[in-house]
Amino acid sequence: MKKVDIANELYEKIGISKKEAMDIVELVLDTLKDSLKNGEIVKIAGFGNFVVRNKRERKGRNPKTGEEIGISPRKVVTFRPSHIFKEYVNGQKPQVESLESQKSE
Amino acid sequence: MTKTDLIEKVSLKTTGLTKKQTEIIVNMLFDSIKEALATGDKIAIRGFGSFRVRNRRNREGRNPKTGETVTVPEKRVPFFKAGKELKEVVDGKAPG
Repeated sequence: MKKVDIANELYEKIGISKKEAMDIVELVLDTLKDSLKNGEIVKIAGFGNFVVRNKRERKGRNPKTGEEIGISPRKVVTFRPSHIFKEYVNGQKPQVESLESQKSE
Repeated sequence: MTKTDLIEKVSLKTTGLTKKQTEIIVNMLFDSIKEALATGDKIAIRGFGSFRVRNRRNREGRNPKTGETVTVPEKRVPFFKAGKELKEVVDGKAPG
């Protein structure tokens, strides 16, 4: 699935134009990127947190040649999924939906 | 930045959409990523990164209170890998 596929889903679900859907997806991604660029933590409730972490300098090795090389200190982005997201990929439905399915049974 | 702040920022840059509509769209966007991963699909967004599911094998764990050995069942975890451009922007190596 790619960016256009996400935009197409938005287009199908809510009837904004394909162009508008694509624009919004881009805007959201750019806004996330801007925030992370400033080292800010981004918290998306029900989804997860994007965190910028500082990595110290360390020694690495070229796996091909075995040569030792220095890895410079750097900043990296990590994503910590929320428990809701984790449960979701394991097939556990969020509370609200399971209540609804009980009603229909 | 929280999701509310994100919606606010996106809303300021869009025309013709109310904040409420923007909120619905942003929520839907994150939901469609979750949905895709739940169905085993993966998502690759050029310049930003990719989301996919990683499998964790079952393992022996311990109840820290009782010291009792328990088997932690295998599970799936969402995984995000930052794309080249995002990596560089965050590390201050590319203009964002």
